[in-house]
Amino acid sequence: MARLIAGMGTSHVPGVGAAMDNGKTHEDYWVELFKGFEPLRAWHAENVPDVTIVVFNDHATSMTLNHYSTFMMGVADRFRPADEGWGPRKVPVVEGHPELAWHLVENLILDEFDMAVTADFDVDHGLTVPLSIAYDQPAAWPTKVIPLCVNVIQYPQPTALRCFKLGQAIRRAIDSFEEDITVGIWGTGGLSHQLGGERAGVVNPDFDRNFLDNLVHDPMANTRLTHTDFIREAGAEGIEMIMWNVMRGALDEQVREVYRLYHIPVSATAYGAIILENE
Amino acid sequence: MTSRDYDDVPGTYVFDSRNYRKGYHLNMFCMSLNKAECREEFARDEKAYLETFPMTAEQRQAVLDRDYIRLLQLGANVYYTFKIVSHDRQPPQVMYGKMSSPPMSFDEFQQMMINGGRPIDGNRSKKES
Repeated sequence: MARLIAGMGTSHVPGVGAAMDNGKTHEDYWVELFKGFEPLRAWHAENVPDVTIVVFNDHATSMTLNHYSTFMMGVADRFRPADEGWGPRKVPVVEGHPELAWHLVENLILDEFDMAVTADFDVDHGLTVPLSIAYDQPAAWPTKVIPLCVNVIQYPQPTALRCFKLGQAIRRAIDSFEEDITVGIWGTGGLSHQLGGERAGVVNPDFDRNFLDNLVHDPMANTRLTHTDFIREAGAEGIEMIMWNVMRGALDEQVREVYRLYHIPVSATAYGAIILENE
Repeated sequence: MTSRDYDDVPGTYVFDSRNYRKGYHLNMFCMSLNKAECREEFARDEKAYLETFPMTAEQRQAVLDRDYIRLLQLGANVYYTFKIVSHDRQPPQVMYGKMSSPPMSFDEFQQMMINGGRPIDGNRSKKES
């Protein structure tokens, strides 16, 4: 049977990918962050699952105003790095896992989570930057990936509670997959940040710390946050943190915190990462 | 128009149905810059390229002026205006700084973030500011 081994939350700031792609990680601005990646990468090197479900969002790249979905599952054999306006990142093509992806789609819909499906989706920094953070610069990504794209741009985004419940339904589906494989799940985006408006650059370390602590000890507390709580306290783009709730919902009730990283600034954001293992 | 509780958050443009409708064609123009051939066409003649989208004259002018805060006021979303900044080969902090009130240079914005970012205290509600 398939087995979920662990979850990770990480910001997916494009600047991190650009720093790696352009060989700037030794510069003063980046040194501390990349030092913080070392234990995270060491853990990932020892814990590569056969398949990783990456919960992320598209940033006006492959999904746009003429049609967008609240939750969309990628069922293709492979997903190319997208041209987001400056040419595609020169990172490996992302290999999918259509068997598990379709198993998830079928089980989630029968479980009343009405997923949209895509077989043709170029993936932007929301998905490729977390892979770079976990695995550095390999010739090929060591895990297969199922992209799970969440709308976090167009209001109203799914609620924090709905995201958590989706995670729980994903777990039920993983547990019923007959192939003997290991699975990981990542929630990406956040932490507090606001990119647009006169308030651009706002961050809120207290809010972030609470969110991370709750993720470990009291995940339901993070499901009670409203859209306006996120917008007001974590910045308009901080609402990406709802995607971490999908990851958390899929894990056991009791989890062990393996690693945490928090760093201000990365571009205009508070960077956060956490690794959680099932107890 | 329906008011929303988040309208009270200062300096913040939530991309809701009001902005979706107002900014639809403006955002679709921005999105087109994901394609290399569209970037080339825009670079060749910005005005002519903008004419191919059914945007308002005010929206076109704000693009030409790179007036980012005006673009948000006219219905753009920041992930879409990114496409213009990227096209100009500028780091996003240039745009963040221009949108800030009062406006900041790249260096000033970068330094504010290095110093811990814009504080949340005093920036939660219009009643505070």
